[in-house]
Amino acid sequence: MSHHTVSVELENKPGALARVSQMFARRGYNIQSLAVGPTERPDISRLTLRVDCSEHSLEQLEKQMHKLVNVLRVVELRPGESVERELALITVSAPADKRGELIALGEVFGARVADLGRDALTFEIVGRPEELDAFEELVRPHGVKELARTGRIGLRRPGPRPSRSSTAAVS
Amino acid sequence: MTRMLGSDAILRSLEAEGVEVMFGIPGGAILPTYDAIARGTSVRHVLARHEQGAGHMAEGYARASGKAGVAIATSGPGATNLVTAIADAWMDSTPIVCITGQVRSDLIGTDAFQETDATGITMPIVKHSWLVLDARELPQAIKSAFHVARSGRPGPVLVDIAKDAQEAELNFSYPDEVELPGWRPPSKVHERQVHLAAKAIAESRQPIVYAGGGVINAEASAELLALVEAARLPAVVTLMGKGCLPDSHPLNYGAPGMHGSKYANWALNKSDLIIAVGTRFDDRVTGKVSAFAPGAKVIHFDIDAAEVGKIRAADIPVVGPLKLALAQLTHDVKALQAQRPADRSAWHAQIEQWRALYPYKYRKAEGVLKPQTVIERLRDLTAEREGDHIWTTGVGQHQMWAMQYIQCQKPRTFITSGGLGTMGYGLPAAVGAKAARPDATVICIDGDGCFQMTCQELATAALERLPIVVVIINNGWLGMVRQWQELFYAERYAETHLTKQVPDYAQLAEALGAAGFMVDNEDDLDSTIEAALDCGRTAVIDARVDPAENCYPMVPAGAASVDIIELPDELENPERIMG
Repeated sequence: MSHHTVSVELENKPGALARVSQMFARRGYNIQSLAVGPTERPDISRLTLRVDCSEHSLEQLEKQMHKLVNVLRVVELRPGESVERELALITVSAPADKRGELIALGEVFGARVADLGRDALTFEIVGRPEELDAFEELVRPHGVKELARTGRIGLRRPGPRPSRSSTAAVS
Repeated sequence: MTRMLGSDAILRSLEAEGVEVMFGIPGGAILPTYDAIARGTSVRHVLARHEQGAGHMAEGYARASGKAGVAIATSGPGATNLVTAIADAWMDSTPIVCITGQVRSDLIGTDAFQETDATGITMPIVKHSWLVLDARELPQAIKSAFHVARSGRPGPVLVDIAKDAQEAELNFSYPDEVELPGWRPPSKVHERQVHLAAKAIAESRQPIVYAGGGVINAEASAELLALVEAARLPAVVTLMGKGCLPDSHPLNYGAPGMHGSKYANWALNKSDLIIAVGTRFDDRVTGKVSAFAPGAKVIHFDIDAAEVGKIRAADIPVVGPLKLALAQLTHDVKALQAQRPADRSAWHAQIEQWRALYPYKYRKAEGVLKPQTVIERLRDLTAEREGDHIWTTGVGQHQMWAMQYIQCQKPRTFITSGGLGTMGYGLPAAVGAKAARPDATVICIDGDGCFQMTCQELATAALERLPIVVVIINNGWLGMVRQWQELFYAERYAETHLTKQVPDYAQLAEALGAAGFMVDNEDDLDSTIEAALDCGRTAVIDARVDPAENCYPMVPAGAASVDIIELPDELENPERIMG
């Protein structure tokens, strides 16, 4: 079992997302994160999925996704060959005497203060998912009141690099 | 461009697709389209008595004709009643187009009367579905639906049409092209892969062809026969593939699997090369997968890439249309053979020996009619008659005996529910097959349990003048379940006894407009079968058979298929022929 990020180009049509997520559930795949949004073309959405499965299962999953009529393209985003980012909002307990320390911590990670209350503040952080994990760990001792992450999005790196595209015929 | 109502556009679209017949039941949300039927169409409508029946009729039609079957129903319960047939078509790759009415678009989502989320409910069991809210989208949706159902690996699709879309006007013109950028089933095969397959065959000492229903769907029977004959390859044929090679062909060793023959299972398991063609290594064929054919390399031909390597890793995957792939394979195999002919006489002799040692067999007993005898006599008496015979079945013991004893020489003559195992499939499938092939004699071999699930469709058959013959192998039990209770649940027969005499099937047949016959002994068997075949009406034979008969051979669930058991007395003296 290993982690894989899969990028799916999907026709922007009603029910298209449901068909993909239903297929994952039906075939017993566990989705760790799923992010969906528009692309450079208004008729196409991009879905970035994080799944935990074997190489064999990943190949099966890609083949099953290709059979969905609304799916245009399926690509695995391999580490080193792709750029991945995620956004998190984290509300942390911040009594007046701790505020300065927390803001300084955030600056190290490039986290912005999105909102400030009397006893808490909300960080906004964008970065590689691992950076978000690390920041989350660091602020956790201060008391995380609420947390929301978008799930990763990704693109293949531009330029000619050897990469794996499952749109090629299997044989 | 012609200005017309959405409902009329639905029918003009079906006509443009060449649809001859549709099977359905009207209801509120589809009424505008039935009103369009009243205005006139070249498409014949067969009025089923339950939407499940309509769905299986569409399947039977598709399987007998090779065209897409069409079922039509209303919203809510009409759509949900179609679900079993859609699931069945999904599992067995049968192309059907289901058209359902939906509540008005402004009522969708409000739990309106007879509203159900038809596209949502069917999502895991259709190739694709369309919810049409705007009449102008109808022609493209229907065009796409037929295209998707038929192309690539065939299967079911659903077009759910809001009532107001049926009632609205549009400028109708039927499109020439579909707009489906994401639907690109393979149209070619990789020549290199086929050549690798040919080389593997040339090098193999103990090859076996393992052919399935995909061969029939691909209309590739002739190409498969050419391959088998050119390379003298022994073949086993699955339940779904029955008829893709003539059952009388000496190289056809029939069905492997749970109730296939010992020789077919052994041939598959002892081979050094499996040439899988249009088949999916179903658990009913492989038994315990980890113990299946341990010494075999696998070449897997399929139109559906997702089937290749799903259960058993393929050493040589070949994805693409089987007709093309097999023709090229035969060409390549012949060329290689001309250089170096293969000597596989020992392998052929071995399988022949197994076939001679382990034929399908059963024991007759004085005073009881054996189910296998009924099926053997059906086989032999129909063989003497002219014309094509198409067989349909339900699911259970009778289905397995039909697989074992009926001989099919042509594709599309054995129509059964394989993957889903839908009891009640046989009778409506027979009605659909008869609609597709009015020239053929259509015989449904059914179980008493199965028959009771869809027997209302006898009225459809009788009134629509689609005369079929239903032979109920009546043992008074849910026989296959009873067999499992006997063998694996210490003879605790919980809720499997149905009673042979209730209903009186001959009387029930008469009540539904069909001719009813009953036979409970071998002496009257032939004359009863002949009378039913000759009566010219929809007919039912209630064949009251030995309730204790079990279906053998059998691979116990979870066992390796090589460990198939014969009739029980052989269990006490197991022969050690396998190495």
